[in-house]
Amino acid sequence: MNKRRVAWYWKILLLTTVSSLFLSGCDRQYLVFNPAGPVAQKEYDLIVLSAVLCAIVVIPVLALLFFILYRYRDRPGNKAKYSPNWHDSKILEVVWWGIPIIIIGILSIYTAKTTYTLTKPPVKDVKPITIQVTSMDWKWLFQYPGQKIATVNYAEIPVGVPVQFHLTSNQMMNSFWVPELGGQEYTMPGMAMRLWLQADRPGTYYGSGANFTGKGFTHMKFKVIAKPQAEFDQWARQIKQTEKPLTMTVYKQLAKKGLAEKQAFSSYPAQLFTNTLNENGGKYMDKDMKHGKSDMPAMNHNDHDMSGMEHKGE
Amino acid sequence: MGEKSKGFFVTGDPLIYGADVAIIVTLLGIIIFLTVFKKWGWLWKEWFTTVDHKRIGIMYLVSSLLMLFRGGVDALLMRLQLAAPNTHFLTSQHYNEIFTTHGTIMILFMAMPFMFALFNIVIPLQIGARDVAYPFLNALSFWLFFFGALLFNLSFVVGGSPDAGWLSYPPLSEIAGSPGPGQNFYIWGIQISGIGSLATGINFLVTILKMRAPGMKLMKMPLFSWSVLSSCITIIFAFPVLTVTLALLFVDRYLGAHIFTADSGNPMMYVNLIWMWGHPEVYIVVLPAFGIYSEIVSTFSKKKIFGYKSMVFSMMIISILGYFTWVHHFFTMGAGADVNTFFAITTMAIGIPTGVKIFNWLFTMFRGRITISQPMLWTIAFIPCFVVGGATGVMLAIAPADYQYHNSYFLIAHFHQTLIGGVVFGYLAGLYYWWPKMFGFKLNERLGKWAFWTWNIGFYVCFMPQYALGFMGMTRRVYTYGWDMGWAPFNMVSTVGAFLMGIGFIFQAWQILYSIKNGEKDVTGDPWNGRTLEWSIPSPAPLYNFAVIPEVKHDDDWWETKKAMADSQYKKEPPQYEPIHMPKQSGIPFIMSACWFVVGFGFTFGWSYVGLAGLLGVGLCLLARSFQQETDYYIPVDEVRKTEASLGRVG
Amino acid sequence: MNQAISKHTHEHEHHHDTFKLLGFWIFLVTDCIIFACLFAVYAVLRGHTDGDLTGKELFEIKGFTAETFILLTSSFTSGLATLALHKGKKAQLINWLIVTVVLGLAFVGLEVSEFRTMVHEGASISTNGFLSAFFTLVGTHGLHVSFGLIWMTAVILQIRRHGINEKVKEKVTIVGLYWHFLDVVWIFIYTVVYLMGVM
Repeated sequence: MNKRRVAWYWKILLLTTVSSLFLSGCDRQYLVFNPAGPVAQKEYDLIVLSAVLCAIVVIPVLALLFFILYRYRDRPGNKAKYSPNWHDSKILEVVWWGIPIIIIGILSIYTAKTTYTLTKPPVKDVKPITIQVTSMDWKWLFQYPGQKIATVNYAEIPVGVPVQFHLTSNQMMNSFWVPELGGQEYTMPGMAMRLWLQADRPGTYYGSGANFTGKGFTHMKFKVIAKPQAEFDQWARQIKQTEKPLTMTVYKQLAKKGLAEKQAFSSYPAQLFTNTLNENGGKYMDKDMKHGKSDMPAMNHNDHDMSGMEHKGE
Repeated sequence: MGEKSKGFFVTGDPLIYGADVAIIVTLLGIIIFLTVFKKWGWLWKEWFTTVDHKRIGIMYLVSSLLMLFRGGVDALLMRLQLAAPNTHFLTSQHYNEIFTTHGTIMILFMAMPFMFALFNIVIPLQIGARDVAYPFLNALSFWLFFFGALLFNLSFVVGGSPDAGWLSYPPLSEIAGSPGPGQNFYIWGIQISGIGSLATGINFLVTILKMRAPGMKLMKMPLFSWSVLSSCITIIFAFPVLTVTLALLFVDRYLGAHIFTADSGNPMMYVNLIWMWGHPEVYIVVLPAFGIYSEIVSTFSKKKIFGYKSMVFSMMIISILGYFTWVHHFFTMGAGADVNTFFAITTMAIGIPTGVKIFNWLFTMFRGRITISQPMLWTIAFIPCFVVGGATGVMLAIAPADYQYHNSYFLIAHFHQTLIGGVVFGYLAGLYYWWPKMFGFKLNERLGKWAFWTWNIGFYVCFMPQYALGFMGMTRRVYTYGWDMGWAPFNMVSTVGAFLMGIGFIFQAWQILYSIKNGEKDVTGDPWNGRTLEWSIPSPAPLYNFAVIPEVKHDDDWWETKKAMADSQYKKEPPQYEPIHMPKQSGIPFIMSACWFVVGFGFTFGWSYVGLAGLLGVGLCLLARSFQQETDYYIPVDEVRKTEASLGRVG
Repeated sequence: MNQAISKHTHEHEHHHDTFKLLGFWIFLVTDCIIFACLFAVYAVLRGHTDGDLTGKELFEIKGFTAETFILLTSSFTSGLATLALHKGKKAQLINWLIVTVVLGLAFVGLEVSEFRTMVHEGASISTNGFLSAFFTLVGTHGLHVSFGLIWMTAVILQIRRHGINEKVKEKVTIVGLYWHFLDVVWIFIYTVVYLMGVM
């Protein structure tokens, strides 16, 4: 590489850096700042609120720091007041115990509100659908109890319809995250965690596993494609007609450690999700719940009566 | 899975071969040096068997700086791998090992020993004591840490490194998810050094409670001592949980038990237990840093610390509240809205006492006379860094928002900002501050400034882009990424920053070497015009610290004494020396810890007989100690007088 | 900062004794936390039997009642040893400590045979979550007792060699404290594991 080429490369790098730092604040690339549905929107609002409230404290503190450093430097002829024994002031103490208490108080109220809201479906008047998600080493299996189809490493959802994801893992703990639709939830062996998400505009959304699961973890990416209800139904019908079924043999093959391509299946073994749960300790979760040791939702539903159910304490 | 060989020695990677060669050359160099210069006896007599808190402190310091180097190299390797998309510099397996060892080393084998170095060097001097409460146990703690760290680092050369993350959640860390000895190295390395940490916690708590100089009431105690007290209390309640958790994980792996396995056990329980230790752990390391800042701000503003009572109170609140926040590490594990809300609020509440401390530091400087020397430089850099890190911490504490931050680079940026900006800056400030007390000379100012600026600029360049990467959806622990997400520019910038910090570290190493030769000697014992007792004695302190135990009358007692001494009426009484009671040296801590190393090594490889033989050795060492009768001796008055005279202290 | 008067140095020396006791109390706090964690783990995994035998079928009332009786008695005899220590009666002190050690040995022996029987019945640490938690909890206590036995024996030998002096006094007090602590832990194990197990 000659010198000019190197210089050129650095110029490009610098340009991209500067431009991405300053120009692309609302770029699509900032997934969290591009909420595509009500869940992500609520979370985004909370992020903005908390950032603003924090800034209200941080900025004056920083200003004060620089002022003090400038004013009270130990240099000859500094006329600023020097009171070496002044070490106590009730009023000031009250002020700076008070300010954080107020701010934390405000944030607490919003936190509590949103936390409870997010356990409920984002909209009430639309019948939700359910998708069962199993994280495996190292791929994602999506099962549609309503449509009786299954996909690997991608999911399609209807626009404007709340989707309740039931999340579990067939071994390692992962975390299911689609930033533009909303925050993540862990997939854990033996538990069926509930996560409400909803897309309000059609599009393809980036999803990934967020919790480390070993060698192939980096490649656990998936796409969530949101399309209008009619197109979604059309897609499901097409899968039903054209794809092969997910048999136990195929499933066992799929469950082996390794990466997988995008796939779709016209059907899946009944009770597959429940069995995965039970094999991984799900059989104990009910009992623990009765003892009040865990407030995980009950696991032993039949696959078909799960959609649209509201669970307390998710 | 080709990279990780099944053999005893780790093979297959030129990087590792290179490191192996470097390790062997260094070891050979050290051995040849010690033999040629006949230093083995010196090493054993002066260092390996010492029970002197000051020497133990120095050994902790040296080890922690070495570990900072290794953890730092790990970090640079990771940043190199992530500098550009689709890099094949490291494989997935290698990358996983590196981030696991980076995290584990930085917290447990860098931050903890660095902190214990400062405990050891400062606390007895600051409270006017001649040693810690249990000098023998203190030496044992150090050697346990040392051999634990050695065992952990050995995984690099033999057997293979752990690769399940620094907190190693099961089922991944179970035998099915992580076969091979790597994970056992992790368990035993931490376990052995953890026992040492627990003992240190007990040791310094008792030291502070029982060995303060007469007249030093708790509320007259310097704030660093207070911070150590609160940190020790936290250690005492947190570390046993770690011990149990790791022991149970080992029982699972070794005996095939089902405590944290997915089928019959409960992996979630591990996550709860490990964070019941893990969260208090961050307060354990940050509280002493708060203490250091308090000492430095007051000294270099030539002013009393503002709101002393508030400071003490806020530290105690933090150490208590620190136990009620652990769930915020897994808001996303569906604990339910009630639980999440509770822990979100407790977590945010920790921001209150922390914020109060910031204001108190600011108002200590306010109407003071600020001298910006090296310790103060790091303290000033800490404030904005920690304020921003704290603010992002509050943002993370909001449970529903955390669903978007969890395990993303936003989180990575946050905890590096608090751990580097809060803890590392604090310990470095403490290092510069107490260095003259340890070694009797100051560290070079010019090189220190270079180190400071490269470290600081490097820090912001490295971690600010990571906040943005978090919002862009980049999750932690990915070993590579593509061009499609737009993560490339920020990652490149971040890597540049990391290397700047690396250069900062090199400047510091250079600074230390340079100052050993050319450093300004500290002949007064009080180079900074200090306020607390450690500055009233010569630098470095004599073996017995205080020829005569001081009687404390004021807070900032040395400052007041100096004021009184400036008065022409001041009459110095001639010191009345007495024989000084001191603990004898002992080789048992070293030997016993070496036996623990054998235990760890044996069980790591499943060689039970080796492990049991090690345990037998540990037992024999305990018995040997129990049967020892003469563990103390007296330094005669003559010798004390002679030493004091040679230090220019009799007159 | 005045020069301290000579008595401080002497006080300093005397303090060393109380330091050890205070430190040991704090150590007991940490040990308490260890057992608390193990109890919590047991509570969570109690029901995780995978359809195998439960505590009701596995625990033998006779066995664990005997263990409890023996350990409680040994706590009592270690108390008698402390009394003898304070009276300065060396022979009595040694005898009571020996009785304590013998009872402790009997306890450990019973526990080992209990574990062996269970393993023969196919109930080992690797069988299921419940048994893993059971063996780790009860086994940790058993290891503590075994360690205490070696420790106490060492103390007995030291009393024989040096008689009752300040150092020995401190050692007997601390090992006695440890022994009582293990007794208290056992009472919890007896209640939470065994009684609630067979009920």
